[in-house]
Amino acid sequence: MNDPTRPSATQGRTDIRVHEADFDVGHEIAQLRAGNAAIGAVATFIGVCRDINDGDHVAELVLEHYPGMTEKALGAIADEARGRWDVIDILIIHRVGRMLPTDQIVFVAVTSAHRGEAFAACEFLMDFLKTRAPFWKKEQTPAGSRWVDAREADDAAAGRWG
Amino acid sequence: MLNILYFARLKETLGRDTERIELPAGVADVAALTDWLRARGGVWSEELAASRPVRVAVNQDMARHDTPIRDGDEIAYFPPVTGG
Repeated sequence: MNDPTRPSATQGRTDIRVHEADFDVGHEIAQLRAGNAAIGAVATFIGVCRDINDGDHVAELVLEHYPGMTEKALGAIADEARGRWDVIDILIIHRVGRMLPTDQIVFVAVTSAHRGEAFAACEFLMDFLKTRAPFWKKEQTPAGSRWVDAREADDAAAGRWG
Repeated sequence: MLNILYFARLKETLGRDTERIELPAGVADVAALTDWLRARGGVWSEELAASRPVRVAVNQDMARHDTPIRDGDEIAYFPPVTGG
């Protein structure tokens, strides 16, 4: 229910950040929740750099992006999520540049009154981020560096939202 | 003028990340611009071949073959995205 004395509490905000620096998940969640008693659920996703891909050892990952379009595309994806679910806050942090195995790559957090909206919106945001936001991964393997190919499974994951 | 950007694998194989060109005569949409670039031959015809999974954005929005192109636009060519 909307609390008429705090109309902004249920509206929340969309926050999109693309940068090289690492992020502190605990800090980000605390900032999102701070003082907002309208939030009943926080769903989060953290994407992490693995040390293996397609059977090969990966020593490091370099993430390239299209500055400007990246933020625009993520903003459009967040708007679409807001149109589908009654969420309060959307936070998307995506790192670019050089990353090592175990490093955090991406963080998506969604707050809402109830868990169903937050879970669904968080998964939707990741599925669409992976197929629509202009990021490209290049990985360093023992055989040299190679661009990561897009996966059909990612298109299928985005497609199921209709 | 058109500002054309290339990313990821395309940036490497085409040997440039950006170029500015005069809007070629007769080019009014993405398909026509891609044909014009392909006509440069060599890696251009290979990388931008219709069989290759190339994506195009016009003014930072995902575009289709029939998306119009106008003088002053920013066009980007890149492979399917792999973030997240």
